[in-house]
Amino acid sequence: MIPAPFDYVRADDAAAALAALAEHGDEAKLMAGGQSLLPLMKLRLAMPTVVVDVSRARDLAGVRRDGDAVVIGALTRHCDVATDEVLGSELPMLAHVASLVGDPQVRHRGTIGGSVAHADPSADLPTALLALGASYVVRGPGGDREVAAEEFATGFLETVLEPDEMLTEIRVPTGVTGWGYEKFTRRAIDWATVAVAVARRDGETKVALANMGPTVLRAQAVEAALAGGAGGRDAAAYADEGTSPGNDVTASSDYRRHLARVLTQRALDAL
Amino acid sequence: MNLTLTVNGEKRTVEVEDRTLLVHLLRDTLGLTATNIGCDTTSCGACTVLVDDDSVKSCTVLAASVADREVTTLEGLATGDDWHPVQKAFRDHHGLQCGFCTPGMVLAAVSLLKENPNPTREQVRAGLEGNLCRCTGYHNIVSAVVAAAEADK
Repeated sequence: MIPAPFDYVRADDAAAALAALAEHGDEAKLMAGGQSLLPLMKLRLAMPTVVVDVSRARDLAGVRRDGDAVVIGALTRHCDVATDEVLGSELPMLAHVASLVGDPQVRHRGTIGGSVAHADPSADLPTALLALGASYVVRGPGGDREVAAEEFATGFLETVLEPDEMLTEIRVPTGVTGWGYEKFTRRAIDWATVAVAVARRDGETKVALANMGPTVLRAQAVEAALAGGAGGRDAAAYADEGTSPGNDVTASSDYRRHLARVLTQRALDAL
Repeated sequence: MNLTLTVNGEKRTVEVEDRTLLVHLLRDTLGLTATNIGCDTTSCGACTVLVDDDSVKSCTVLAASVADREVTTLEGLATGDDWHPVQKAFRDHHGLQCGFCTPGMVLAAVSLLKENPNPTREQVRAGLEGNLCRCTGYHNIVSAVVAAAEADK
């Protein structure tokens, strides 16, 4: 399989990428590691006429501390997130979850920003970032704006990003005192059938679900039960409340609801 | 587009379509057919090659994206007639049957050993999660990779 024809543009920094987007408008698509976009292009489910390759935008890769947050460049590869020393000490949950994405080959190419911007509801890192209370820095012709993780994905593979904007940084507050991540797959390299991320900070626990609807979701009923003093086992019973899991060849929607409850309990047990 | 990259230590300049995938550049343009296309969907790992020492699935990388970088295929692993330790170990431990997955498996193992020179059997299994073998049941592949790590000490 080969993608439909397109013009290839290489942008080695954010300014070059934004210039290419300004020139080509919504005909253009940014490609980071290409690990999600290229498969879609090979199946002709995506047919951009211009591909802007930002995989070598070094000004957008790397991890740094910034006060009470860690800032991760959008072009930081999964393998680098998984082994980064700052993340290992400040946000070990994120390093762990990055080590679960796809397989080593995918992690050598794929990037955290690419995963977030692709907005697949079954993706690991957006789920973890939602539980961690991350925010996303979006750059456009008018400058930067910061979008809370809750507000970023608007639908299946859809986000608040405008055609002339790009995700540049991911800001994650530190101070996490407990976390858990549970992912269920039939085969090691599969996307999550369901995954659950939980993170506790200042006595408050956030719970996020993968593949329980068109976007990654907060399990608000679980969070409310925990805030009201319920134990993990009782709170986890609400994990599928307000969700709309898909019914497909991998799992029925009822099975996904079951998984959400079981995995939420296991993730809460890890706190 | 005009594209320059280093393949198996040799600088190559080729003319390819912008949409060319790395695996097609290697197989069709350069005639390096050790790299196999299995699933063509980033799953099976038969097309695994190294880009600057990192394993990647060449069916899911644009050729243009590796301009000016170093690509290693199975053809580039041996030094003359002297096989790479991982190649020798696959032979010695019978780490293959039909051989279709083997080029990708060997290169994934080389990348794995670069990152973790002394892996346990479990770490080898986890490190090769991106490569499928439908013949061996993996046991001898794991033995080969562990032996290659030992041989390299």
